[in-house]
Amino acid sequence: MSDAAAMPAKPFQGLRTWWTMLRICLEERLVYRGDFALGTLMRFLPIVTQVFLWTAVFAATSRSDIAGYSRNDIVAYYLLTMLTRAFSSMPGLATGIARSVRDGSVKKFLIQPVDYVGFLLAARVAHKLVYYAVAAIPFALVFFLCRGYFPPPPDAVTIAAFLLSLVLSFLLGFFMEAALGMLGFWFMEVSSIVFGYMLVQYLLSGHMFPIDLLRTVPTGVAGVSLADVVHWLPFEYTAYFSSAVWLGKVQGRDLVAALAIEAGWVVVMAVACRIAWWRGTRRYSAFGG
Amino acid sequence: MHNTDPAAEPTPDDTVIHVARLAKEYRVFDKPEGLAASIRGLFHRTSRVVEAVKGVDLDVGRGEFVALLGPNGAGKTTLLKLLSGIITPTRGTATVLGHVPWERADDFRRRFALVMGQRNQLWWDLPAAESFRLHQEIYRIEPARFEKTRDELVDMLDVRRLILQPVRELSLGERMKLELVAALLHEPEVLFLDEPTIGLDVVAQHTIHEFLRDVQRRRRMTVMLTTHYMKDVAALCERVVVITRGDVLYDGSLAEIVDRFTSHKIVTLDFDEAPDRERIERFGFPCDFRGPQVILRIDRSRIADALPVILGSEGVRDVSVEDVPLEEIVAELFRADSRQAAAGASS
Repeated sequence: MSDAAAMPAKPFQGLRTWWTMLRICLEERLVYRGDFALGTLMRFLPIVTQVFLWTAVFAATSRSDIAGYSRNDIVAYYLLTMLTRAFSSMPGLATGIARSVRDGSVKKFLIQPVDYVGFLLAARVAHKLVYYAVAAIPFALVFFLCRGYFPPPPDAVTIAAFLLSLVLSFLLGFFMEAALGMLGFWFMEVSSIVFGYMLVQYLLSGHMFPIDLLRTVPTGVAGVSLADVVHWLPFEYTAYFSSAVWLGKVQGRDLVAALAIEAGWVVVMAVACRIAWWRGTRRYSAFGG
Repeated sequence: MHNTDPAAEPTPDDTVIHVARLAKEYRVFDKPEGLAASIRGLFHRTSRVVEAVKGVDLDVGRGEFVALLGPNGAGKTTLLKLLSGIITPTRGTATVLGHVPWERADDFRRRFALVMGQRNQLWWDLPAAESFRLHQEIYRIEPARFEKTRDELVDMLDVRRLILQPVRELSLGERMKLELVAALLHEPEVLFLDEPTIGLDVVAQHTIHEFLRDVQRRRRMTVMLTTHYMKDVAALCERVVVITRGDVLYDGSLAEIVDRFTSHKIVTLDFDEAPDRERIERFGFPCDFRGPQVILRIDRSRIADALPVILGSEGVRDVSVEDVPLEEIVAELFRADSRQAAAGASS
């Protein structure tokens, strides 16, 4: 019966399914466009406090730069970081996954021939596309008004590296938070774990301050600075890195190496996410359901 | 048919569901009352093993419509979850359409469907038509075939005007109908229904009965249904499997369950006016007086002798003889079983 109904797997079948999921997720997100518009505007508020804070810091010191950042650099850095985080931040992803485990709606993905991680990715891409559509104008306006803070635009290769780093930061943010959400298979409530993650993330991603400030802090092991350690961790690639690329703080071989580290973390997190899903569903099948 | 588990016994071609000694145990943690106990619980938790399903054997052939009955917590839903691959068993084997369900092969998942009464597969904020479209993709249904099947199902349930409306704006009954359409789009060979009519009004229940019966016959689909409504069973199922405490208590035809588990018939007498109690009680049967109506429970072996006598009594306007309602039989079955369990536990 259904043998006749089911089409044989055609090439690009997976892509087509994914496209349909994306389209439907887009439609769903558009239902909430009003909420989105408001959320976008709210994002600009914290940056104002940061600008005031750093203005005060620079006023109190006679130095014209701190860890290689002038006052203008700092403002440009925060604006760029906001842009990067528009790619890498995944509001509600981890808690959403954990909730689907708790309330049982994850079952649907055990019964239907559809991949949960792929589905979540489609949903998140849709989420982001709608967000960019809504946020493009306010973002453009703010960047235009603050254009005086920015150095002249970098060369084409740097811009390409910047764009690549943004795409990778999206994937990294996605897989990291999705893997975190899969912990919901082991713990009933993941919100405190997510909170801890957010805290570390805020500190080590460069969201709070440029990672270069950590250069001055040695770890106590062979005089290695904390910034070097952070460089090998995934966090800074979700905020600091793209901004630093645009501002010309990372260049040449360092840039290539850093992009490779970022891509490496994307792979590691994607695999971790897969393993967590696989083991998690096995556990769910054995103990819960 | 291809058997993916060498441990499972070979099944004849028309056996669609084969279950052998299937068991599922859960470990549950006891949470004693009180703060002190909660604090102790941080260091040491006491747990016990609950056998939700213990050694069930069952074979279901192609095209059968089987009702799974049992009190709450009897293991019906656990059994459906095992057969749809959501959970893995502790012991035993099962194959559905030749596949071991909990291996969750895509080939298997494209050939069955599970509908749970209280759970939503449709997208809440979007019209059902969009969810249908997604199903077309994930189940790889040919476009022409998809449209034909969709239109057919939608018309049978008379819900065409609803499919373009966001699901959240629909009533429970309307949603359930659309859930069924979504589940049947890929023409599953096996359908599991977990309390599909829960919370629905009589009209919606009836529509869904007709629909299910129709689709099931047309497609020769194998259906397993859990329910607490005997109307569902009477309308749809020829075969009934009663499960209590994780075990099959009865497996047979609906007609036989009435035969085997009832010793009497219900005779309802209508009088012109409320009759004299003593006169009726003299017949020697348990009776229930409701104004001008009297309900007697008469042993089946005695009904042929008793009826003429009763009918001959003065003032009888109307009489009806019925089997004990299915609800009552099943309730009695459940009760007898729990009494037996209690006796077993105390001895």
